[in-house]
Order: sequence, then C-alpha cells, then structure tokens
Amino acid sequence: MIQLRDVTVAYGKRVVLDHIHLDIYDGETLAILGASGSGKSTILRLIIGLQKPTSGSIWIHGQDITAYSEEEMDEVRRQMGMVFQYSALFDSMTVGENVAFGPRQRTNASEEEIQAIVKEKLHLVGLDGIETMMPNDLSGGMKKRVSLARAIALDPKVILYDEPTAGLDPLRCRDINHLIVSMQHHLKATSVLVTHDMTSAFSVADRLAFLQDGRFRLIAPKEKFKHTQDRDIQQFIHGGELPNEKETAI
Amino acid sequence: MSVQHVLEKIGSFTLHIFEEIGVLSILFMQTLRQLPNIQRRLTIAQMAHLGVNSLPIVSLTLLFAGMVMTLQIVDILLRYGAQSTLGGIMSIAMGRELGPILTGVVVAGRVGAAMTAELGTMKVTEQIDALRCMAVNPVAYLVVPRFAACVIMVPVLAFYGYLIGTAGGYAVAVFGAGLTHFSYINSIELFTAISDVVYGLIKAMFFGGIIALIACYEGMHAKSGAEGVGQATTRSVVTSIIFIFICNYVLSILLY
Repeated sequence: MIQLRDVTVAYGKRVVLDHIHLDIYDGETLAILGASGSGKSTILRLIIGLQKPTSGSIWIHGQDITAYSEEEMDEVRRQMGMVFQYSALFDSMTVGENVAFGPRQRTNASEEEIQAIVKEKLHLVGLDGIETMMPNDLSGGMKKRVSLARAIALDPKVILYDEPTAGLDPLRCRDINHLIVSMQHHLKATSVLVTHDMTSAFSVADRLAFLQDGRFRLIAPKEKFKHTQDRDIQQFIHGGELPNEKETAI
Repeated sequence: MSVQHVLEKIGSFTLHIFEEIGVLSILFMQTLRQLPNIQRRLTIAQMAHLGVNSLPIVSLTLLFAGMVMTLQIVDILLRYGAQSTLGGIMSIAMGRELGPILTGVVVAGRVGAAMTAELGTMKVTEQIDALRCMAVNPVAYLVVPRFAACVIMVPVLAFYGYLIGTAGGYAVAVFGAGLTHFSYINSIELFTAISDVVYGLIKAMFFGGIIALIACYEGMHAKSGAEGVGQATTRSVVTSIIFIFICNYVLSILLY
C-alpha cells in the first residue's frame, strides 16, 4: 500500500500540493486526473523518490520513505517501474539495450537470461523483433511501448505511468490503454496513472482521483466518479461543457 | 561605470567561483565514493572516445604552438648566440606549461562541451530521472567513467602534445632557421629534467579531473530546453578554462 500523508510541495511561494492525503491499495489501478500543471506528475515523482515533499510523509508498504537516502531509496525503487511522459529512452542505446538495462545493472542474470527477458517483454508490448532499432527510429506510440517494456523488465510491484497516452492518436491511445490493462492482469501490480485523457482513465482505472488547486477534490471508484454532481469534475470529464449544456447546444 | 558597480562585479565573480568550488567538491566526494563501483566497459569506451577523437585537434594546436613559438624566439636567440639553448627552452616550455595547459583548454572545448551537451540532453529528456528510477546511481553510471577517463587520458594527450610541440619547434629550427639537428636535440637532453615533464603530466591529470567534474555538473544541472543545454555547455567550457588557469598557477607554485 502506498500512502501520502499531509503532503505539501511548494516551490518558493507557489504551492503545488497542499496538505494532500492519498491511499493507493495493492493491486489496484488509480488514475490521477487534473489540469496541466496541477501537480499530478509531482505525485509520481514523490512516490518514486525523485523529489522530496516540502512537508508531510510518504509511506510505501508500511515504511516511511520520506527521509530515505538515495541508497535506501534505490531499494524501494527496485520494486517499481516508471513510464515517462516522453518515454525517456536512452537514445544512445538500441531498443534491446534499453529493455536489458535494468536486468544488466541490477541482477546477476546471464546474457542468455537477459536476452530472454528482452524478448518476453517486447512480445508483451507487441513489439517483437525490434531489438536492434534505435529509439530515434521509432514512432511516439512505439517509444511508449518500449518504455513500458523497460519499466516491467524486472516485474515490478508498482508501475507508475506519467501521461502514457499524451501526444498519441486515438488508435495508439487505445492500444496503450489495452496494454496497461493487460499488464495489470499479467503482473498483478499496483498501477498509478497520471493523465488528463478521460477515455484512458475510465478504461483502465479502478478508482479516480481529481486534483484541483493543490488538493484532491474527489477520490472515488470509477462509477461513482462518473456520476458525481460536482460541476468542475463534470466539466473536466466532458471537456469544458456540462452534459445538459451540450444537449441544449445541439 | 561607478566604483560600486565594479566592486559588485568583482564580488559576484568571487562568489560564483567559491560556489563552483563548493558544488564541485561535493560532486568530487560523491565521485570518489562511487569509484569502487566503476564500470570498466563504460570507462574504456569514454577513454577511447576522449583520446582518439581529441588527437587531431591536440596535434594541430600543439604543433603550431611549438612552431610559432620557435619562430618568435629563434631570431632573438641567434642575435645573442644562444641558439644552442633552443631545444631546451622548447622542451621545458612544452613539458611544464604549454603541453598541459593547451591540451587542457582544447579538451575542455572539445570533450567537456560534448559531455555537458550529452548529459544536459539526458537531463532535459528525463533520461537521468529514468536512471534513478531504475535504482542506478547517475554519479556512478555517468560521472565516474568520464572522470576516470579524463584523469587518465588528458595526461596521455598532454605527453603526446609535448612531443608534437617540441617536434614542431625542431622543424622550424632545423628546416627554417638553419640550426643543426645535434644542437636542438643536445639542448633538450642538457636542459630538460624528467621532473619537467612529469610535473606537467601531474598538472594535466588535475586539469582532466576539473574538466570532467565541471562538464558533468553543468550537464546534470542544465535547465529545460535547447537553450538550457546551450547555456550549460557554454558555462562548462568557460568555467573549465578559468579553473584550469587558476589550478595551473597554484600547482606551479606547489610543484616547482
């Protein structure tokens, strides 16, 4: 279980997260929604220890990781994988080397075993046989999938997705959503998804959390979230227009 | 420009220098701590990259430096009948000062800039964050191999530069000014102590460490966007050259 307790993040006078509380249960998929710049990605960075909160505490599997050193944090990160918004593939390495990077650095597996992991993970994301390609030769959707293959190379217990469908066409978005769901079934991992793509959020998440003005306005299961009476959330879900306003306009 | 303005500029430059010394010392300590985990494959790749790619520019710079220096002083030496000291003068100048310092400046401009640009791009495209997410220490993976490669290869390049520079002097002295082969070579043997060259290589080792630390620090702290990487690269080269000259003076006092 991942818990954020009374977490505040501020850059000088600008408060990005304002005393938030969040519980993420084992095995669930939680989608964090909110406008651009609302602090969604900051939550992922806090969970994986890329950033420390200004105040408050972060608990992972019962351990307070807030004051962990970088070495201690590395132990926690071994259980996690992250898919970055712009993929963050190592552009000096081939696709195969990118996926093999984690196993090579963190395990004593033989080269045969590592190659087997690379093949298996690329197969899982539907990209067989592209091991020797360079990241710059891939499309945006393929990069995201390779990034996912790299993130799951060591079968993490927690997968963090930062805007996994941003910048992709609707068909590629659907593919990525299917992949996230299939990873969930395959790895039984806890998934935290940061997005402002409502289709993606509703198709993959068990629960949704809406972040506004540095605080969670609503954290609820998918169905409850969909039918909330909160005007701001309904506007966000329907792209700025409320359902009855849309009908009137038509 | 008022006196106050000048003093403010001096103050701000001094603070900047001390701030740089502080952050570089921290990075140096982190690098030393991670040195036992050095990845040999990456270090050898960096050494090959640094050494081989820098050979043409080091050759060109030191060859012409040696040639032009001889050209400038040979007339004066001939006037005073001291042409038999030319080889020694060139060898000592190249070994003690010109070899290490010109190599340092060239490597800072060529390799240091490339390192900063590479790491800066990795920073702004979240590749360094990706390393951390995979529980890989960026200092161990990125800084240590570059630091070790520079500390080893800059003295090698400086020694090569010493030979090329002295040879350039020889070419101008013998083929241009009519000095004999024996006079030039004998003068080198007579006046040059091994320590002249060895101390120069020690200096070059320090310059290599300075270049790597500054280049890596600036790259890993580049601000977002192409402009941020460009600024970091410029800052890296300028700061490296300033520190090389300061360090050269301090080491000259300590060594000679």
